[in-house]
Amino acid sequence: MKLVVTIVGKDRVGIIAMVSNILAENNVNILNINQNIMEGFFNMVMIVEMTDSKIKLQELQKILKEKGSEINLDIKVQHQDIFNVMHNV
Amino acid sequence: MITINDIMETNRMITENKLDVRTITMGISLRDCAHPNIEQFCRNIYDKITKSAEFLVKTGADIESEYGIPIIHKRVSVTPIAIAAEACKTDTYVPVAEALDKAAKEVGINFIGGFSALVEKGYTNGDKILIKSIPQALASTDIVCSSVNLGSTKAGINMDCVREMGEIIKRTAELTRDREAIGCAKLVVFSNAPGDNPFMAGAFHGVSEAEKVISVGVSGPGVVKHALEDIKSADFSEVAETIKKTAYKITRVGQLVAREASQRLGVPFGIIDLSLAPTPAVGDSVAHILEEMGLESCGAPGTTAALALLNDAVKKGGLMASSHVGGLSGAFIPVSEDAGMISAVEKGSLSLEKLEAMTCVCSVGLDMIAVAGDVSAATISAIIADEAAIGMINNKTTAVRLIPVPGKKVGDSVNFGGLLGRCPIMPIKSQYSSEAFIARGGRIPAPIRSLTN
Repeated sequence: MKLVVTIVGKDRVGIIAMVSNILAENNVNILNINQNIMEGFFNMVMIVEMTDSKIKLQELQKILKEKGSEINLDIKVQHQDIFNVMHNV
Repeated sequence: MITINDIMETNRMITENKLDVRTITMGISLRDCAHPNIEQFCRNIYDKITKSAEFLVKTGADIESEYGIPIIHKRVSVTPIAIAAEACKTDTYVPVAEALDKAAKEVGINFIGGFSALVEKGYTNGDKILIKSIPQALASTDIVCSSVNLGSTKAGINMDCVREMGEIIKRTAELTRDREAIGCAKLVVFSNAPGDNPFMAGAFHGVSEAEKVISVGVSGPGVVKHALEDIKSADFSEVAETIKKTAYKITRVGQLVAREASQRLGVPFGIIDLSLAPTPAVGDSVAHILEEMGLESCGAPGTTAALALLNDAVKKGGLMASSHVGGLSGAFIPVSEDAGMISAVEKGSLSLEKLEAMTCVCSVGLDMIAVAGDVSAATISAIIADEAAIGMINNKTTAVRLIPVPGKKVGDSVNFGGLLGRCPIMPIKSQYSSEAFIARGGRIPAPIRSLTN
């Protein structure tokens, strides 16, 4: 299952490290990263693959949300299909 | 391949423009529950509903979190109770409504619809008992919704029922007067009611439907308004194109949710209802879309044309996005549930009479409109007759959900809370009587356009 992880918040040191660590610990593979800083705001979109992962999607969402909110980041994890259906005929 | 912009656009629709799936509605046939003993019948329907919809709420919540799309309501619609309960030897169906309420609460859904009768051509005994039971049924339950279809293009209008429904609405208001006549917010009178509508208060599981079906109602007025904000000076061809594209995207999400819900629950997919359903929240208003098209306030001349374009473009855009489209599919114009409509009424820009014109081109009718408590039953019946006539002649669904709030008069307002919103009491412009017209009864014959065979 491919997922889209979006991270938005104020920029600081270690955001990518924190998120990728959590993903690695849970055997979630990163396929694509796109990141930029706009006026001090951190924006990142990751496409990840969790087929080989043992963790449930809901648990992963919970961990990322909790860790994110500790440093004022909004982290969303969504099934890729919602974007596929909306933007492809 | 999806791009970063696609991802950002989808998430902006959800977070800023309040895109949501309004409801996953499971339709359940109760035709096999019939029993002469009403207590046994109530046990049968309770068991069937709680068993069939056991995992509906959980499945909805799972889909919501996996895809990150809010699913606001989970609902159940059932076979019109006038049909399902007709074998019962009884003179009231109030215990049936109570059993529906109990079953709905047990499975944790938000509404259950189908305390209904289809009487456009005439009453059966069950229909008569059901309609008489409506006021008490709505007063003694919380989440049961009731509807009566009293007109159609094929059959004409049952004017006996029109007369009766004026009285039933007044009585329902009276029995729930301590709660701002909330009973009337759960009662809708239809002409040409569809049997696959997932939206309340008018949802019921039509007689031609399968044993069980999953239908999904999508929403998203805020998304359409936002899309129009980007094309301020465009002409109407471009406006229509933009609405179509947006409706397509919204409906695709509905189709995805419907497919997933259907698979996970093992229940066939019915239809997507691609309606723009407003909520009282800021940024979720159909009136604001009309104003974005260039009207200073909803209700100004041009409003009907703007709504016609919107309603048609929503259908065209949504059609290709789903394998089966049905229900009401268009733009809703409930007054109390739409921040822009409420403010247009308060400004004196939007009247009941203008709303009647708007119902000729939108997907339903006079919806969630509070009127003074002293408006007579005959006047309410006459308003129902007008709406039913618009539906019958134009081969479309029309509906009336009026709330005559006891003790309130023009200048007051009423607050229903939640998705039902708040509404100023709206005046009825003509103060003259329709008493003798409504007293006639009988049937208005089916129009010439019904003779299509």
